[in-house]
Amino acid sequence: MTPEELKGLLLVSSIKIGVVFAVIMIGVIMIIWVERRGSALLQDRLGPNRVGPLGLLQNVADGLKNFTKEEVMPLQADPVIFVMAPMMSFVAAMLLFAVVPFAAPLPPFDVTLPLIGHVVHEGPVAMVIANLPVGFLFILAVSSIAVYGIVLAGWSSNSKYAFLGALRASAQMISYEIPLAMSLVVVLLLAGNVPLGDIIAFQQQTTWFVFAATLSWLLFHVATFAETNRMPFDLAEAEAELVAGFHTEYSSMKFAMFFIAEYTGLITMSALIATLFFGGWDIPFTTWDEQEATNWSFGTLFRVGMTNLFFIGKTFFFAWVYIWVRWTVPRFRFDQVMHLGWKILLPISLGYIVVMASAVLVLERLGMVHDWKYGMALFAVNVPLVALCVFGLDRDRLLLGARLRSQAET
Amino acid sequence: MAITVKVMKRPEHEVSYLRATLKGLALTFSHLLRPSVTMQYPEQTATDDWTLSPRWRGTHRMLTDEQGRSKCVACGLCPQICPANCIKLVPGEDEQGNRYPLIYEIDEFRCVFCGYCQEVCPEEAIHVGVHYENAEYERGRFVYDLERLCAQTHPVSTLWDPSDPKGQ
Ligand code: SF4
Ligand code: SF4
Repeated sequence: MTPEELKGLLLVSSIKIGVVFAVIMIGVIMIIWVERRGSALLQDRLGPNRVGPLGLLQNVADGLKNFTKEEVMPLQADPVIFVMAPMMSFVAAMLLFAVVPFAAPLPPFDVTLPLIGHVVHEGPVAMVIANLPVGFLFILAVSSIAVYGIVLAGWSSNSKYAFLGALRASAQMISYEIPLAMSLVVVLLLAGNVPLGDIIAFQQQTTWFVFAATLSWLLFHVATFAETNRMPFDLAEAEAELVAGFHTEYSSMKFAMFFIAEYTGLITMSALIATLFFGGWDIPFTTWDEQEATNWSFGTLFRVGMTNLFFIGKTFFFAWVYIWVRWTVPRFRFDQVMHLGWKILLPISLGYIVVMASAVLVLERLGMVHDWKYGMALFAVNVPLVALCVFGLDRDRLLLGARLRSQAET
Repeated sequence: MAITVKVMKRPEHEVSYLRATLKGLALTFSHLLRPSVTMQYPEQTATDDWTLSPRWRGTHRMLTDEQGRSKCVACGLCPQICPANCIKLVPGEDEQGNRYPLIYEIDEFRCVFCGYCQEVCPEEAIHVGVHYENAEYERGRFVYDLERLCAQTHPVSTLWDPSDPKGQ
């Protein structure tokens, strides 16, 4: 790598990091606003509407408030871990976004800039902070780090509520990590590789994986609810039972860090669902967005902008689904959560891997090329599977209602 | 499983998770489209279907006669009946033998707004009012003296139906 290329790489990376960080922070503020206003609308209220137009600046005001509030450190708390825990949550949530591509690639460049001089970037500039070869494995690894933040927070506060919250979080998040990873095995089987860029490219070639791996999407979606600690699986902070769960003892900006981490996780998980199952920045029914970016024309920039808009739109849609579900479904009981995770999601995802692996093998043997027909063939496999699962779950066959379970026991 | 659960007998369509969840989602979504019922409080203090009840018992008000003196004759009934013991009354007498309150104070912080003082007052002097915006910056300001009680202008509470005072 020549010094010019190194400079180009550093320049591009730092710009991307800065922009993504800023956009996520603004996105978090926006999503919290949407959550508050949206929940208000769902409950026939208005929500915060005083600070700024439509209450948009309410969260900025709340952030400032959190900065100026007194920081309470419990006497019995472990000071080092107590301070580190919110950082761990926050960093783990932010790190996830590093591998999510958010637009079509920009063309290569070769320019001379003031101050830094001649910079070169060979090949298209991928619109992702780190185009890691390990792809979503990185996501699985880092998202399990997030649980350390919660567990350590609960443990170090030396409070029984926080500790109970932490215990629940560890049990719950570890058990949902498994169906989460298992549902992604199918994506790996289809796309044949783990980097998210390759997965998007494969979806552009065939169909979105929501068709090719519908059940996978359903499992992943349910598991991410538990992974982001949101209703109906927010047992770690169950307000009704545990005061505020793992962050009971936290105040001021340390509490706000957990809050931001939670919503960053929400955005990231929505972005992941959009990327893994809904084509990422792909614009449906068109191919013009998939052309190789070669020159800095207006068309290229417009294309990048449009793909980015589509990505943001999809992410926002799934974030809204999270919010919508949160204000609809009440919290599960803890044994129900464990039951759902271990006895329902895990067997379904394992069985699904077997079925999809066979289906992929059959299609390969038939010599099908990877185009939309390939995706539709897989969709045809998926429809009866989904129907079967829905039927099984709905008729109390797998997920016994309390009534049927008591009948079965007596 | 160690947890014992009280099991309700419910029809199958109610215990089905998926249908119930989808129904719930549809229900909450339908609420998105409904108008909100929020009253924009400081600007708006009443809506079409809600106003403060005329029987609302809020900030006290002492009524005055034509000369602007308080109607209170310092009979001592209201401090006697007050369950919160928050009325302070020191009676005085002028040259004509008319009793009047030398000191009359109500601690609005201790008051439970039961309205007994208004009910018991033989002169219809002290009243609870249809008024609630009595926030202050200092605790001391919540002790209303006679002058302040007389200076209140809000409507007084109607504790009984004027056409049927005995409640028959
Ligand atoms: S309203 Fe009740 S509590 Fe308040 S001052 Fe009158 S009698 Fe006392
Ligand atoms: S009951 Fe009425 S007249 Fe008697 S002391 Fe109280 S306010 Fe005065």
